[in-house]
Amino acid sequence: MAARYDRAITVFSPDGHLFQVEYAQEAVKKGSTAVGIRGKDIVVLGVEKKSVAKLQEERTVRKICALDEHVCMAFAGLTADARIVINRARVECQSHRLTVEDPVTVEYITRYIATLKQRYTQSNGRRPFGISALIVGFDYDGTPRLYQTDPSGTYHAWKSNAIGRSAKTVREFLEKNYTEEAIATDNDAIKLAIKALLEVVQSGGKNIELAVIRRSQPLKILESKEIETLVAEIEKEKEEEAEKKKQKKAT
Amino acid sequence: MEYLIGIQGPDFVLVAADTVAASSIIQMKHDYDKMFKLSEKILLLCVGEAGDTVQFAEYIQKNVQLYKMRNGYELSPAAAANFTRKNLADYLRSRTPYHVNLLLAGYDEHDGPALYYMDYLSSLAKAPFAAHGYGAFLTLSILDRYYKPELTREEAVELLKKCVDELNKRFILNLPAFNVRLIDKHGIKDLEKLPLATTSTS
Repeated sequence: MAARYDRAITVFSPDGHLFQVEYAQEAVKKGSTAVGIRGKDIVVLGVEKKSVAKLQEERTVRKICALDEHVCMAFAGLTADARIVINRARVECQSHRLTVEDPVTVEYITRYIATLKQRYTQSNGRRPFGISALIVGFDYDGTPRLYQTDPSGTYHAWKSNAIGRSAKTVREFLEKNYTEEAIATDNDAIKLAIKALLEVVQSGGKNIELAVIRRSQPLKILESKEIETLVAEIEKEKEEEAEKKKQKKAT
Repeated sequence: MEYLIGIQGPDFVLVAADTVAASSIIQMKHDYDKMFKLSEKILLLCVGEAGDTVQFAEYIQKNVQLYKMRNGYELSPAAAANFTRKNLADYLRSRTPYHVNLLLAGYDEHDGPALYYMDYLSSLAKAPFAAHGYGAFLTLSILDRYYKPELTREEAVELLKKCVDELNKRFILNLPAFNVRLIDKHGIKDLEKLPLATTSTS
């Protein structure tokens, strides 16, 4: 059925699907997991770092990128496609500052990226971008924001979300564990992001890359030492929880 | 009418610009800032055709910021100066040239302080001191006489005051106030505006 309607993306299938866009979403599901958390005074992005080959230099693969001083994004899917989108977004951020003398709002730049993606689902001879993006940052008035875009060009605001491989598992974890008290402090929000990633990442802290933006501060990428410390804290908390449960059962 | 001056020391650059924005014979603004912050340690001082100045300077400013976003580190003063010169040269050879005179002052981690003189014909010169405007005719000789390459921050400010005094004495136009800034390894710092209430008169 799909065979005749998935060549050119400008063609709808009889039952209303754009197959190329859906195939792009499949490409996203193959990418490594990324999670985003919107806290009160902080926004957190965490990504699963794919293990690099023995001879490869580690630092050349960055999945969390600053778009401007107050906005950054992580993506899941085709890295090369992401590079193009990120470059266009960076130029737009500066262009916006030049024309209206104000930094972009997170919603504006998300809308720009989503519009760009949609254009590629309706163009002749082009294929959609194979990435979903999590865009976080603070608006000029200090409100924290988290948005998600996908290859079809739709975007939504989220309190917290995950994309990429095992996104469903991570999202279910977040639905259970994202509460007002879970993100009460900056540290709690960061730990929640790590906990969410640990659900699906194989070997713990070494394969996690984490970045945070605090209000009025530039993007900060956490060092692996800091992540190790936080992972250790989380493990300790888990053990204490398990101990408490055991004692409860014993009584 | 407009005046820019820059003095480079062993580990700093001192720059000053007058703060008058005029339209024909009327002073529109007495506190207009002619310095544009390109990055944490680079200032672009820009005078010339009304409108061209802000348009060109803001364009350079945003492109320098874009470089920082794309590459994760800031352009060096030398690179920024050459980028500016190339842009000016390209526009000069188009139907829409920019009539602006510039001083670019910056501090580089590895190469230290730098001052670049650029004019509307897109010439570029790295110099220990430089000035733009009619005032330059009067003050370059003062700088020639009293400048030393190893001058201290205080000596540089004194030299700047000497130049301002000369302008007050011999320049027919009144330049009542100047913005003064210092760039060194710690970044850009605002200094006290000139002239001071107790500046010595001729």
